[in-house]
Amino acid sequence: MTVASRTTESMATRISGPIVTASGMHAAQMYEVVQVGSLGLVGEVVRLVGDHATIQVYEDTTMIKPGAPILCTGAPLSVWLGPGLVGNIYDGIQRPLPGIQAHSGAWIRRGEKVAPLDTEKLWAFEPVVEPGEVIAEGHVIGKVEETPLVDHLIMVPPGLSGTIRTVAGKGKYRITDTVAVVETPEGPRDVAMYQQWPVRVPRPIRQRLRITEPLITGQRIIDTFFPIGKGGAAAIPGGFGTGKTITQHQLAKWSDADIIVFIGCGERGNEMTEVLREFPELKDPRSGRPLMERTILIANTSNMPVAAREVSIYTGITLAEYYRDMGKSVAVFADSTSRWAEALRELAARLEEMPAEEGFPASLPTRLAQFYERGGAVTTLAGERASVSIVGAVSPPGGDFSEPVTQHTRRFIRCFWALDTELANARHYPSIHWLHSYSEYVEDVGLWWKKEAADWVELRTEALTLLQREERLQQIVQLVGPDVLPDVQRLILFIAEIMKDGFLAQSAFDENDMYCSPERQISLLRIILTLYHRGRDLIQGGVPLMRIRSLSCVPLIMRAKSAYGNEELGKLGELKQMVMEETEALAKEYIKEGTLLCTPPST
Amino acid sequence: MHTTFDLEDRGLQYIGASRIEGPLVVVERVRDVGYDETVEILDPTGRPRIGRVLDISEKQAVVQVLEGTTGLSNKALRTRFLGESFCLPVSRHMLGRVFDGLGRPADDGPPPLSAEKRDVNGMPINPYARRYPREFIQTGLSAIDGMNALVRGQKLPIFSGNGLPHDRVSAQIMRQARLLDEEVEFSMVFAAMGVKHDVAEFFIRNFRESGALARAVMFFSLADSPSVERLLTPRVALTLAEHLAFDCGQHVLVLLTDMTNYCESLREVGTARGEIPGRKGYPGYLYSDLASIYERAGRIEGSPGSITQMAILTMPADDISHPVPDLTGYITEGQIVLDRELFQRGVYPPIAGLPSLSRLMKDGVGKGYTREDHPTLASQLFACYAYVKKVRGLADVIGEEELSTLDKQYLKFGEAFEMRFLNQGEFENRSIETTLELGWDVLSTLPKDELHRVSDALLKKYYREKAEGQACVAPPFGSATR
Repeated sequence: MTVASRTTESMATRISGPIVTASGMHAAQMYEVVQVGSLGLVGEVVRLVGDHATIQVYEDTTMIKPGAPILCTGAPLSVWLGPGLVGNIYDGIQRPLPGIQAHSGAWIRRGEKVAPLDTEKLWAFEPVVEPGEVIAEGHVIGKVEETPLVDHLIMVPPGLSGTIRTVAGKGKYRITDTVAVVETPEGPRDVAMYQQWPVRVPRPIRQRLRITEPLITGQRIIDTFFPIGKGGAAAIPGGFGTGKTITQHQLAKWSDADIIVFIGCGERGNEMTEVLREFPELKDPRSGRPLMERTILIANTSNMPVAAREVSIYTGITLAEYYRDMGKSVAVFADSTSRWAEALRELAARLEEMPAEEGFPASLPTRLAQFYERGGAVTTLAGERASVSIVGAVSPPGGDFSEPVTQHTRRFIRCFWALDTELANARHYPSIHWLHSYSEYVEDVGLWWKKEAADWVELRTEALTLLQREERLQQIVQLVGPDVLPDVQRLILFIAEIMKDGFLAQSAFDENDMYCSPERQISLLRIILTLYHRGRDLIQGGVPLMRIRSLSCVPLIMRAKSAYGNEELGKLGELKQMVMEETEALAKEYIKEGTLLCTPPST
Repeated sequence: MHTTFDLEDRGLQYIGASRIEGPLVVVERVRDVGYDETVEILDPTGRPRIGRVLDISEKQAVVQVLEGTTGLSNKALRTRFLGESFCLPVSRHMLGRVFDGLGRPADDGPPPLSAEKRDVNGMPINPYARRYPREFIQTGLSAIDGMNALVRGQKLPIFSGNGLPHDRVSAQIMRQARLLDEEVEFSMVFAAMGVKHDVAEFFIRNFRESGALARAVMFFSLADSPSVERLLTPRVALTLAEHLAFDCGQHVLVLLTDMTNYCESLREVGTARGEIPGRKGYPGYLYSDLASIYERAGRIEGSPGSITQMAILTMPADDISHPVPDLTGYITEGQIVLDRELFQRGVYPPIAGLPSLSRLMKDGVGKGYTREDHPTLASQLFACYAYVKKVRGLADVIGEEELSTLDKQYLKFGEAFEMRFLNQGEFENRSIETTLELGWDVLSTLPKDELHRVSDALLKKYYREKAEGQACVAPPFGSATR
């Protein structure tokens, strides 16, 4: 090698896809950001051997040659945190895609350098502290209205405490302007409206809390049957075509979080375009404001460099933690964590690491755990209650849930929404299978639901039991046909059918159906179960199932989910009344004929 | 060290190689060579073969020879590095021509004259600059238009199997594809990877007979061409398609066939490099690599043109969970699946009802695009057909006689759906109205109460009431003629 003769300057010695090896790197640190070649391609040091470093490059390395200069920046890969994040769309290393488009058109060229936040824009800052106040890390010095939905709190960065010496008055400032000077034991320190934070390091909190409140998603099968708590972690596994992305989009649209971070990780470009097109038009059901005013998008589509895909997950979760630190509830949607795991695998293979299961690196479970553990319900440094909830899509090859990513993910989440190919084929969406899914948050959020509906636990249990019994009966039907079953059992089949079509299936495109408020979910379920209870009584009294099937309330129940909006709970009350009256009439008819044996139903 | 290039270096030739293995050649002590640089390797006869650099260090360059290593020897081989990554000269005058898998003329014409040269790897489209595809393309096939509609800028592959008529189906789509309101003709870019001569011949003949040849460009890397060449063929084709679409503003329909062969070449190279194999021996980066091809479809801001992509792949042993269809399905916006059972029963096109899917359909059909009832109709047909499959399973066990009256009606509906709605002639071009009417004809063989997904208003408007008023005993085609 000729390196020794070329002084000690840093330069590339080998290029293989996104992995570059460099010499003269004795001063480099692990995970330090470097710039490669004359284009200044962004990379990260992932291995150090002597004065050689292995660099993972976030951009295409075509025509980079051995000898290309390497520039060390001395800092780990960090994101900018400050006003202007919400409503923006970034690539995996926080370069704003609108900025890139303004700079170089429709294509992403190499070596693109655009600041993550607009440094010229003026924000209206309002101080909340006075000079002379003692302030600790993570506490608020002022606020900025980032969007009508988001009050952005300007905080003292972690690790900085002292006495406020000066603070800027109410007025307009750039994010780089100093808005406060804090006197610390080490001397005065300037605080600007933005801070930087390394993406691979979790932001500090005071303590973790128990999860008590559900993240309301407006999706019936999730909220009613398999709820996720604020601060919880869930996985959506499913083969292709089962609707992972649509389900994720639905959750991102309607979840009652303050901030949504949507990470499109190695997925389709058009899907991100769809989000960009839809979110500004859709209104938040609680505030009536456009959803984009609380959403941050990270788009590292499948054709963008694989190394940036690996880091996009961390970029997203760091932004989420920053808003959590303001005391907000944040929901992170990662679509898809399998593509992220594949990026890990690809990079590990290039680094010639020993593979474990199916070629994935042995560190896969650790990495998954690190990611999911960055969520949670916490007390922030400033003493506020806040949360980061994480929902990760998983794309198991061939739809087989026994593969490593699904299996390891299951260890670190507590809510599992299994998507089913058969349901998707029948266009039953969301294709979350009621028997294969589970949620461990039912207990945690039970108290909250009890306030909403005292009988939530009973309703939920009864409905799930009914669906389970239906599954068993279906097995018999498959063998001998439905006609041999007694009417009591065929009633279960019939009610389960209503439950599937009229409750579990939910259209993402129907105006009334796309978001279903908790009250309406409970009302719908009550109506269906009322029909079941009354039907059971009637059949015991000798009324044939055919009569119950042909009640005129039945088609209305089937269509109730899309016929009435969230404001029309009264209509559902009327429908329930109708069920009572019609079954009552049926009962009377049979009493008249003298065949009804059971007790008259009570209202 | 300098990174610029001078003429002297361009002429530099390296003699000999330290290792030749499969499609790979290792050249020692090279200097000033870039990753992914194009290489010319001169064989003993002096004929140049194209290759590219897969791995470059200060000591050696690993070169992948796209035209095979047959006849090369360690001693006699000469290597020249061309100073740039693989580029294709692009021009609209390439329409009407036939090229080989690397973009060199394969007809009698001269090499295309063009000052524009494009890196065949392309650049990723900025997702922010994409325009969402939503214009309905009418293919004239009910199974696609009615149930899995294609929109302009979509990537929709055909999952097929050996012996299934995917070539006929795709040729028919290319012949008939048009937009509803515009008389815009598609330009076509056709890339064949590892297909037999007869198949290539079939497509050329088809294009010629339909008069489409003048607005088509064909790239052939046939079954007997060196397999590694195929790795570049789809990229070469898409590079030209991008030029036609986004520089010249044309609407381009790209047909890639057969992606399974492409993936096999990728596996071959991966194995030769001693990479750690993933599922079924395919490299771990198969997903990223396929995405770098499939994602080169769509529409972008500031250009009227579009790229619509149809990739054909044959599923080995009809297995949809095989890595190639599986990963493709994760990237593309749906899939058209051909079904062997339907084909054997004489249904053409044998497009499977349930596993086929078009993800972009929801935004390109319905009021203002096709007709208000289209989404509901499709959804109801799917739901009913899914139930038919269940009933058929039951009938296999307990016999058709034992089924309930309603289930028997479903069986008849299934029959009508397959034989009348799906089934059509190879030269039959159905308008979307015909398709939708046919859909209602078929759906009306079921009683009204069974159509849970259709609103009352639509039922009133489109459901064919039975003359006899007795839904339960209606003959299968009872209401078809109205």
